[in-house]
Amino acid sequence: MIIRGDEPEQLRLLRKLYKPGNYFMQGNEAVAYGALFAGCRFYAGYPITPSSEIAETMARELPKLGGYYLQMEDEIGSIAAMVGASWTGFKVMTATAGPGFSLMQENLGYAVMTETPLVLVDVQRSGPSTGQATKGAQGDFFQARWGTHGDHPIVAVSPISGQDAFWETIRAFNIAEKLRTPVVVLFDGVLAHTRELIKIPDVDEVEITYRKLPQNEEEAKLPFGDPHGDGVPPMPLFGHGYFTHVTGSTHKENGLRDVYTPEVHDRLVRRLHRKIEQNRHVYEKYEEHFTDDAEILVVSWGVTARPALGAVLKAREEGIKAGLFVPKTVHPFPGERMRELGKKARVILVPEMNLGQMILEVQRYVNDDVILRGVNKIGGVPLTVEEILREIRGVA
Amino acid sequence: MAKEIYSTYPMVKYLRKEALPTALCPGCGGGTVLNAFANAVDGLKLDPKDLVVVSGIGCSAWIASPYFLADTLHTTHGRAIAFATGVKVGLPDKKVVVISGDGDLASIGGNHLIHAARRNIDITVILVNNFIYGMTGGQVAPTTPFGAKTTTSPYRNIEHPLNISETVAAAGASYVARWTTAHVYQLIESIKKAIQVKGFSLVEVVSQCPVQFGRRNKMKEPAEMLRWFLKNSVPVSKAKNMSPEELEGKFVIGEFVNRQRPEFTEELNKLIDEVQEQFGLKEV
Repeated sequence: MIIRGDEPEQLRLLRKLYKPGNYFMQGNEAVAYGALFAGCRFYAGYPITPSSEIAETMARELPKLGGYYLQMEDEIGSIAAMVGASWTGFKVMTATAGPGFSLMQENLGYAVMTETPLVLVDVQRSGPSTGQATKGAQGDFFQARWGTHGDHPIVAVSPISGQDAFWETIRAFNIAEKLRTPVVVLFDGVLAHTRELIKIPDVDEVEITYRKLPQNEEEAKLPFGDPHGDGVPPMPLFGHGYFTHVTGSTHKENGLRDVYTPEVHDRLVRRLHRKIEQNRHVYEKYEEHFTDDAEILVVSWGVTARPALGAVLKAREEGIKAGLFVPKTVHPFPGERMRELGKKARVILVPEMNLGQMILEVQRYVNDDVILRGVNKIGGVPLTVEEILREIRGVA
Repeated sequence: MAKEIYSTYPMVKYLRKEALPTALCPGCGGGTVLNAFANAVDGLKLDPKDLVVVSGIGCSAWIASPYFLADTLHTTHGRAIAFATGVKVGLPDKKVVVISGDGDLASIGGNHLIHAARRNIDITVILVNNFIYGMTGGQVAPTTPFGAKTTTSPYRNIEHPLNISETVAAAGASYVARWTTAHVYQLIESIKKAIQVKGFSLVEVVSQCPVQFGRRNKMKEPAEMLRWFLKNSVPVSKAKNMSPEELEGKFVIGEFVNRQRPEFTEELNKLIDEVQEQFGLKEV
């Protein structure tokens, strides 16, 4: 039932079920269809607003494709089951929102440490705590980055529309598979429930990737080694007679625990970081609009990137030299490009649906002489073009 | 000396030699459980390649992981059964066995235990109940007997222990049995049955922790604890006719349930067949 090795049958099913064309659907549905096109055939989750339509779509569609939907007893069990299934070869996903994302943090760290590919969609909602459960927000920027304990790298992508959610979910799977790592999709409650035109492509237009498997016995004996120098070990899946040992404790290249040798921990954790750092080409992605001559640079992400673009377009009509920079992969942050753009700008505005989170990343890469200002809105209502334009005019 | 033991012990073929010796204390019941599990695998002529062993955190999580030579997934505290659920769905033809402790599976992981039993997923759980959090220094557990002393109930335990086997039986498991480390042959037979049963199976093993439990409760020698088990063990059949007062402080041993119920991964795959049929997706 695993899609690898079963492509002709899976392509036949996808073609039969999902005709290419324009559909009117929710962002959450776009995420689910993206996952199905990416080859996700195992979903474990727990209901939580505003993410539940992802689970509902997966529960409805996965059996048609021979895939598994599991509703677990809680979010902790959901991500645990995903890790288990990923070690049997499945591409796996869950979707949740702030409180559920908090519960998943321990096993997200386990997935980082054991280099288990998985995709975790966090449909951000207004917090802290139960907050405004049905309302969107962008308050989990740093929960995605630092929610689990200890030094760890993380990759997080953030779609800016329903259509984008389809493609970014596919990209999240490809990154997870390529780098043998968990990938977070920072979606939000506004886009999740917005219905808009979404184009479902022909399956041939979708490029998908699979994780590396061991090519010989030697590679299989080192589930946490680096035989190819790219920091990414091949994954000796369960059930193939490799006798793979997987642990969240500090382990040697052969998987066996060694928590007493400082060098072993240093080597492992530094490689986990190097794996992400040296493969920036796999995941780095951003959008730019009018950045060539921008004096006022707007830096935004996710749902706020759209009104930000609207504001920049209107500012340009008014003769203001405004530009827009949108990191699509928000962790690791595209710092080098930010640094280059920051050198050219006089003012940088960072609109986001929180009290100032991504702005702290921006700050790390720009000089003190740049005026850096947040445009922040909370309460569950998205920023508007007018609100951002007003700020642009104010510094023009 | 260790090398000699390994060369004469017939079950050593099932062990990951580079990981030995085990981390277990002298006199720990964990070795008995590992031995019983290896004997059960041997008795069933199971190929370890067809086995995935999953464990959580704590002393008992170390009984089979990493020592048993199979695919082994050593997970986070309390979550072994949830991880195992994903493994079993991915590999429905393999035997998935969880070996871990009472604190891990019945306290922090109690919800996963109950729901896996309810789902009746074909996983075998060997739950080693030593009444205590051993690895962290002997703290009180939800399984600690009433009145017992631990490092966090230094005067006496004022809570009553959870009856794990009865809870799991009530939740819907296909097979539930309880033995002590003083009943090794019965234990081996029960583990064999549990592995063969289609559905969720639990073998609760009452086990001695002389270092953290016995020492503080007037049984610092492992043998004293085993004698305590033998003296207070009551077969299920006899316990049926005993009052709760009479059963206070007793270990009810034997099979609690052994029944056929629909199994989760079979139902899941049956559902896929039905849906694919319904939507005309089957290849003609």
